[in-house]
Amino acid sequence: MTVERGRTTGLVGESGAGKSTLAKVVLGLVPVVEGTVGFDGAEISGLPAVRRRALGARLQAVYQDPLSSLNPSYSVFWSLAEPLRARGISDRSEIAARVGATLEAVGIESDSRDRRPHEFSGGQLQRICIARAIITSPELVILDEAVSALDLSVQAQILNLLRDLQAQRSLSYLFISHDIAVVRHCCHDVTVLYQGQVMEAGDTVEVTDSPAHPYTHALLQASPVANPVAQRKRQLPAPTVAAPVPTGRSSGCVYAPRCPFAVPECHRRRPQLREIAAGRTVACHRYPEWTEGSTTSRVAYTPAQRL
Amino acid sequence: MAFLPGDAAVSLVGRNATEEQLKQVREDLGLEQPVWAQYGQWLEGAVRGDLGNSMINRQPVTAQLNGRLAPSMSLIVGATLIATTLGVAIGILGAQRGRIGRVIDSGSIGGLAVPDFWLGLVLIVLFAVHLGWFPPTGYVRWNEGVGPWMRSVALPIATLSVPATAILARQTREAMSTALSKEYVRTLRAAGIGECSILFRHGLRNAAIPVVTVVGLVFIGSLGGTVAVESVFAIPGLGSTAVHATATRDLPLIQGVVVYFTLIVIVVNLLVDLAYRYLDPRLQSATATDGAFANSGAAP
Amino acid sequence: MGAAAFVFLLALVAVGALAEHIAPYPLGKQDLQNVLSGPSRTHWLGSDVLGRDLLSQLLYGIGPSLVATFEALVVFLVIGTTFGIVAGYKVGAVDAAISRVVELVQSIPAIIIILVVLGVFPSSVLAAMVALGVLASAGLVRVVRGSTLSVREELFVIAARVSGVGPARIMRTHVLRRILGPMLAQASVFAGLTLVVQAALSYLGLLSSSAHPTWGGMIGDASRVLSRSTWPLFPPGAAISLTVLAFGALGDALRDLVADRAVTATRRTVQPATAAPVDGADAPAPPASDALLEVRDLSVVHAGAAGPVSLVTDVSLSIYQRETVALVGESGCGKSLTALAVLGLLPPGLRASARHLHFDGARLDPGVQDTYRAVRGRDIGYVSQHALASLDPTHTVGSHLREVIRRHEPMSRRAAAIRGVELLEQVKFAEPEQVMVVYPHELSGGMAQRANIALAIAGRPKLLIADEPTTALDVTLQAEILALLRHLKNSTELGILLITHDWGVVADMADRVVVMYAGEVVEQADTDMAFTHPRFPYTLALMSANPSTADHGSKLPTVAGRVPPPGSWPVGCRFADRCPHETDECSAGKLALEVADTGSLTRCVRAGSLLAAGALPR
Ligand code: SF4
Ligand code: SF4
Repeated sequence: MTVERGRTTGLVGESGAGKSTLAKVVLGLVPVVEGTVGFDGAEISGLPAVRRRALGARLQAVYQDPLSSLNPSYSVFWSLAEPLRARGISDRSEIAARVGATLEAVGIESDSRDRRPHEFSGGQLQRICIARAIITSPELVILDEAVSALDLSVQAQILNLLRDLQAQRSLSYLFISHDIAVVRHCCHDVTVLYQGQVMEAGDTVEVTDSPAHPYTHALLQASPVANPVAQRKRQLPAPTVAAPVPTGRSSGCVYAPRCPFAVPECHRRRPQLREIAAGRTVACHRYPEWTEGSTTSRVAYTPAQRL
Repeated sequence: MAFLPGDAAVSLVGRNATEEQLKQVREDLGLEQPVWAQYGQWLEGAVRGDLGNSMINRQPVTAQLNGRLAPSMSLIVGATLIATTLGVAIGILGAQRGRIGRVIDSGSIGGLAVPDFWLGLVLIVLFAVHLGWFPPTGYVRWNEGVGPWMRSVALPIATLSVPATAILARQTREAMSTALSKEYVRTLRAAGIGECSILFRHGLRNAAIPVVTVVGLVFIGSLGGTVAVESVFAIPGLGSTAVHATATRDLPLIQGVVVYFTLIVIVVNLLVDLAYRYLDPRLQSATATDGAFANSGAAP
Repeated sequence: MGAAAFVFLLALVAVGALAEHIAPYPLGKQDLQNVLSGPSRTHWLGSDVLGRDLLSQLLYGIGPSLVATFEALVVFLVIGTTFGIVAGYKVGAVDAAISRVVELVQSIPAIIIILVVLGVFPSSVLAAMVALGVLASAGLVRVVRGSTLSVREELFVIAARVSGVGPARIMRTHVLRRILGPMLAQASVFAGLTLVVQAALSYLGLLSSSAHPTWGGMIGDASRVLSRSTWPLFPPGAAISLTVLAFGALGDALRDLVADRAVTATRRTVQPATAAPVDGADAPAPPASDALLEVRDLSVVHAGAAGPVSLVTDVSLSIYQRETVALVGESGCGKSLTALAVLGLLPPGLRASARHLHFDGARLDPGVQDTYRAVRGRDIGYVSQHALASLDPTHTVGSHLREVIRRHEPMSRRAAAIRGVELLEQVKFAEPEQVMVVYPHELSGGMAQRANIALAIAGRPKLLIADEPTTALDVTLQAEILALLRHLKNSTELGILLITHDWGVVADMADRVVVMYAGEVVEQADTDMAFTHPRFPYTLALMSANPSTADHGSKLPTVAGRVPPPGSWPVGCRFADRCPHETDECSAGKLALEVADTGSLTRCVRAGSLLAAGALPR
């Protein structure tokens, strides 16, 4: 998968899909077993520790839980200064100026910079974490479920903030989330992951409006829409949970055990990611066949009408 | 052995012995050989179950220590049993109400701060010197009469039980409070399950898992406690033997006690492990069923 | 406690250092006129068998003891910290090797190894203390390793690594700071232990028997004259116990002190609740009493140190048979507390009261547990968010089910097992018999939640209270659980109180919506009305802030700020400081729920004028 400069790429999937592992690989926190990671034209996956550390200024991350992302023993100022000091910036006035400016950019009054993390609310803390991530003017920020734990009204504030920052600083985001509705709203491109494999990728609106992979379709259908009239039409009957599926590595499609369109071929051979339109890829043997299939009525994702 | 400021030979022949006599005794004891050779020989024997002979009375170490096993085990097992019964009961009570909990906590801190040998002496003063209920010191073998045997071990057991009970009460209280604050307790209450079942069937059952570990620790702690307590009460057990052997520099005998202690510890740890496996289903199935349902996704 | 212990120990050090100057008698001075005297004017703590003053002896004993303790401490800290950090930071083979050694050392009583050492180095205090330090450091290695490991995994350390902060700096700024507390606590407790060991060894006569008195040696002397006098036993015993106690208390205090800084997060300053006037006429007339559950003016109060703080204020709602009512709100608005209060299951420290709380005609009193006995499980079932944590890990699913079934319907174990299988079938397990015999940890989250639902309906309840039942689940599993709840509602006439923060779930499930904000119900409406014609500005704001209904890439309309925490709720409308339409009217006094044009209930006094102005959808 790729993240284009200045754009937001969504990475969506359920628990166990390997989203966070991928983030760690990009950040150099876990070693790459196979394949490569390239950044700004250069390969970074095999770099020695010291040179990898130097990349820290250009590649940053924000996590789901802002409270544990900040050391409770230190002030906000200290936490924000840490990445600067790691860059070898030790001039006090420069640090103070940059911390102040960045806090302001994320909407935190800079006179509260001497307070400890527990004195802030969840939304404010996430702003502070974003400030820490952008203080070294990185090019790519990985947002690992960065808005998932926030309440709706705060989540909207943070999404708007991220949007504004992207416009001002031409940031690229890798937006990792389990919530396809949020991804649809704020990402330019999306990659759908299932058990560590890419199912499909492409322009977000295209993927969510007409999914090419049965898993994307299931994901969309399962996420309820905040519109009772539309949602009632999308309701499915309660399924029976069958015997556990053996989780050994099969040689076929990873989604085959749950896929309603699976044919024997799917269990035998793993589908390769193939291009079906410009910038649109899918890994399914039965595309586009299944989209016309009559086994399940295909309900497209219906975004609710604006209120 | 030159680095040793004195050795068993001195204890044997006395400080006034001539250099000649000492040399003779040392040769007899094998002390003239280098340390590693001595140790190698000892190890070789130990593997065969021969822990060598005491340097002082020349008797085989195993024979001496086997005779000391019964008194020590009487004390340790007795203390562990009493401490477990009392400690768990007090702990359960303490988990119930706030005030009692605090009393138990401070009581247990006190129980741990008092040195055991001093406590033994105080018990002697109280129950043997003043009240005359128990003999102050000495050990009566149980085949010489069960009543006298019990009277002879009562005070040492009581001494060892105090810190053990303190630890167990505190740990049980903590384990119970933890278990009772778990979410499933609320679920069970919401399902209409009575307090009695929640306390014993669920609370105690879950608390038992960490408490069993503590019982094992308490047992091993009492084992260490015998060193001082047996000396206080003049009980011919492993602990007092170790003290005596140290005082006379009878290294084979001390090493023998270490081996015995180690074996006891191994057995206890084994028992704790078994109990653990029995109590915690998460450990049973880890090997058995490999989490039959845990990985299954849902049907489409 | 900690401060007192610290002062005591400081005093002890001072007195020990100055012993020669302040002791009433010189070292070893015998007073054969006063042998074994009790406390007297000449000998404050009495004298021993040679007439030596016990107080002086105690004082002379301090110095050498503390020096020995210091020696042991140095060994203990150096070895414990070094190996602990190495094991925690290196992981892998090094860690495994260190841990193995630690286990070995910890399993054998230290005292016996010390005896071996004393067998080789007779009477050497230094040797004994070094041995003790080495042996006991195993415990410290374990603690330091644990802390180091957990700090390594903390997000803030990961964030630092991502920023390119090097390992040495992370060690200095993050790790050391974290392990300092546990380290100091361990060291303090260990210092107490060294005193006990010293005393025991001196008592046993295994340490140097020079003329210099030791506390343990004094006990030994006393033990030899017990038949003549018991008094000399007590001063040294008390001295040891007190000192050990002080070290223990200091350790506890140090641990708390360092831990506190991190934990205060939860202890936000809460101000006392504003005494809201209890206005009996504020709620609309109670609906017809055929409701399953009827709640009128339910309040929950936290009895804090600074006076009671209101967490839930005057919540009223009713649920009818076969109806799903969604209780919606953001975190901290009191929706879960409301549910727990209805069930009488509030956590300790919280009190509930209600003007009127009836279930199916029977009165429930949140203050009296007995009133719930007949209701819980039998009439009202409960499902919580944490599916796995809601099941007792030591019991099988079947054991849970049998217990609950037999609690409500006396029957044989076998009959209960059959009914259990039926229940599992009802919650759509394909192989219920197999599920009966598995333990909770063998279930996935979605399956555990099914088991919980089976448990909740085991007593054939009429009402199910489900507190965020799908929040922790993946979206595909959520859809399944919601479908299951719908199915149960239709097949068993179940009423459902569904607590959620997710408007998608509301749209999917609810017949009626109750919106809470800052401990209050602010709006109550039929589901469709709530979505299309909200009558409270906050509800409207939430609707439009939802990315699932917004245009792709658009800027989301938001309300600034956040829900005020309990204790700082404004008088009047609690949404006032965030509401774009706020006027003086809004903060004038406590507001009542009023019926709006749609039939919804709203707490907004300006609903009418806002509607006229077009600020609320017509
Ligand atoms: S390849 Fe087959 S099993 Fe996999 S998603 Fe496509 S149809 Fe389903
Ligand atoms: S009462 Fe006033 S402040 Fe409250 S919601 Fe209505 S208009 Fe806004």
